[in-house]
Amino acid sequence: MFAVEMRGIVKRFGDLVANDHINFELKQGEVHALLGENGAGKTTLMRILYGLYHADEGSIFVNGQQVSITSPKDAIALGIGMVSQHFTLVPPLTVAENVVLGYNPGIRLNPQQIQRRVAEAAERFGIEVKSDALVRHLSVGERQRVEILKALYRNARVLIMDEPTAVLVPQEVDILFETLLRLQREGLSVVFISHKLNEVMTICDRITVLRNGKNVGTVFKQDVSQSKLAQMMVGRETFGVTRQGERIQGEPVLRIENVSAVDNKGLPALKSVSLEVASGEILGIAGVSGNGQSELTHVLSGTMKPTSGKILVDGQDITGADPATITCAGVGRIPEDRHGGVVGELTVAENMTLETLDEYTQNGMLDRKRMLEYTNTLIEEFQIKARPTDRARTLSGGNMQKLILARTLARQPKVVLAAQPTRGLDVGATEYVRKKLLEQRERGAAVLLISEDLDEIMALSDRIAVIYEGKIVGILDAHEATPEKLGLLMTGAREVVSHA
Amino acid sequence: MDFNFFIGLIAATFRVATPLIYGTLGELFCERAGILNLGIEGTMFIGSFVGFAVADATGSLWLGVLAAVVSGMLGGLIMSLFAVRLGVNQHVSGLGTTLLLTGLSLFLFRVVYGIQRIQPAIKPFQALSPFDDLPVLGPIFQQYALTYIAILLIPLAWWVLYRTNFGLSIRSVGENPEAADAAGINVYRVRTIALMIGGGLMAVGGAFLSIGQLGSFTFGIISGRGWVCIALIIFANWLPSRVLWGALLFGLIEALQLRLQTTGLKLPYEAFLALPYIVTIIALAIAGRNATGPAAVLKPYKRE
Ligand SMILES: Nc1ncnc2c1ncn2[C@@H]1O[C@H](COP(=O)(O)OP(=O)(O)OP(=O)(O)O)[C@@H](O)[C@H]1O
Ligand SMILES: [Mg+2]
Repeated sequence: MFAVEMRGIVKRFGDLVANDHINFELKQGEVHALLGENGAGKTTLMRILYGLYHADEGSIFVNGQQVSITSPKDAIALGIGMVSQHFTLVPPLTVAENVVLGYNPGIRLNPQQIQRRVAEAAERFGIEVKSDALVRHLSVGERQRVEILKALYRNARVLIMDEPTAVLVPQEVDILFETLLRLQREGLSVVFISHKLNEVMTICDRITVLRNGKNVGTVFKQDVSQSKLAQMMVGRETFGVTRQGERIQGEPVLRIENVSAVDNKGLPALKSVSLEVASGEILGIAGVSGNGQSELTHVLSGTMKPTSGKILVDGQDITGADPATITCAGVGRIPEDRHGGVVGELTVAENMTLETLDEYTQNGMLDRKRMLEYTNTLIEEFQIKARPTDRARTLSGGNMQKLILARTLARQPKVVLAAQPTRGLDVGATEYVRKKLLEQRERGAAVLLISEDLDEIMALSDRIAVIYEGKIVGILDAHEATPEKLGLLMTGAREVVSHA
Repeated sequence: MDFNFFIGLIAATFRVATPLIYGTLGELFCERAGILNLGIEGTMFIGSFVGFAVADATGSLWLGVLAAVVSGMLGGLIMSLFAVRLGVNQHVSGLGTTLLLTGLSLFLFRVVYGIQRIQPAIKPFQALSPFDDLPVLGPIFQQYALTYIAILLIPLAWWVLYRTNFGLSIRSVGENPEAADAAGINVYRVRTIALMIGGGLMAVGGAFLSIGQLGSFTFGIISGRGWVCIALIIFANWLPSRVLWGALLFGLIEALQLRLQTTGLKLPYEAFLALPYIVTIIALAIAGRNATGPAAVLKPYKRE
């Protein structure tokens, strides 16, 4: 008997079939990975199980009983909990209030009482959270623990985790895995969605791979390898993308001179950062998240003003300029938060031309026909799975990122600013994005790549700068960089005098 | 100006503030649940009509109040039909509700009373005077029962919002309906009930004017008080306790301008009439600068 069995699930969005007769079985007490490319239908399938979507066809069995799940309330009553890709917490409320929300008996809400109960539950499940803290003040990792506790507090026997590690730093991933393994021993069944194959191989017992909305197979971990899984996902072999050829000695295009900035709390976030990126090279910025990377991106994009220092693009001073001016100066951005990089309510075509609307305006009217034509060429060129008239928010993560890439790169910018360009992307899409960045390098653009993924940094960069507590603590040539050296720099263990 | 002037002023302040307290508390429930209810002006209007008509017909003022509450709750239900169930833009559904309820009240007034030369009138509520024998300060407490109830409603509203599970649900659907939904809360139901509570409160504010103070129903009886409540809620930063201060501030200026008009100051009387609104705008500009409302206000919730 299975903890959960889904049979013949079909879900359509318009004429798109997101889930196409999917069968899925979750055994009691197993950690079961759900793998697949962006847009394969993983989230959709799990949202159906949690009652957030209704399947058009198919049936669901929980502990052998056929059930009808029409809302999360039903799912919760059946012992199913879900930690979503985008957290579903109420930031101004306390941890305790979030945990008991909709699940507190009686009429009265006694803050001390719920805090005590939640603290007890946290203790019982071994999850470290402060029950009286406001969720607004918590880090991403802490918020995720609140989500897990919320599910367990509702007596979840099945826990769905949608890309839980995409937002975590390595140490937090370790804590999460310990917690999951302990809960598994106590009989919890887990559905684990991830794009990181090494994680899947570490923690899961069985793996189900979805492709284009279909189940292409469920396998035991010991019967497969990472490359076999990648092949199942994308339907072909994948080869890592790496930089080829030596760095061309180009002219410096982007120059950052002694730039300092403060974060939104007024604390120093960048301390006299100086960098140069030449035409035809990729400069990687490595570092543990929260060491000034996002402030650096903001300052370079024009969404934050530096407190001192200078930024030059091809000799033009863009320090403190607004984003439009910076775009005109030849800077193309691939922002860290792709949901912030597109306007969800607008269509793909409108998003595609958002930065260049003037070019599509005639006598104050938008030339929609030309916008659609342009969008169609880019959709083809960048292999985006979407129609020009789709709302951007309905795109899967990978396709949204491709949209941004297309918008930015089609303009042939002199400087490409890529912040976490592959976060949350599947193997195929990651490979694609990296290939595109290398193409930009070939074309002679100056590429600044900010990433927390060391493998990515090492595979693509000609030079690697390490940022720690807002300072550049070292710049290494690619051939002299090793993970060990970079790791030491990233943790502030030592500083290196620049050779490059 | 003597001491009695101030005593009278304070007493009048509470009287003027009463309908605003009801209206603003009503709006508070709607907005904390994530709905900007611009139906407030119409809801207060129908409350004042229904309250008057029922009190007139039955001879019981309290039955009038009760009927007003029911009419206001129905107003909230209409609002919820558009803004919650159908996900229509909240500005549109609110203004639509106000137009609908205003028109409906005027129509029913004609149906019930026809065209008469003298305004139909009833004997309104009498003020209570619990501390009549208190020297000097006694007149301050000469207030209507509805005023006392309004003041008691403020801690009650706080208690409901912050110390009951239902209040937690209201606050969560107003901040993040996706989260509330995922936690198993029926977002539509909570929002609908909040709108009905809010509508009921607003309607009492309207009924206070017709059967509390005036004893009759006139077409200009609300004259924008609903819109003032929308401003006061920002002034109050969506907190029940501060609703009282906002309403009292407006009440004070209004009571003051009424008195200043009679002192023979050489100013056009429109200047006095405008005074409370000018002060509201200034107070809003100062207090409202850092005001942040519930995050989900104006965003219709729809599960895909
Ligand atoms: N609410 C929606 N309306 C329209 N289309 C949708 C909606 N939700 C998902 N889709 C589409 O359904 C398909 C499957 O999406 P889903 O989110 O399940 O993918 P996923 O496997 O979770 O991808 P990712 O790894 O990027 O999270 C995508 O093509 C997506 O664009
Ligand atoms: Mg997903």
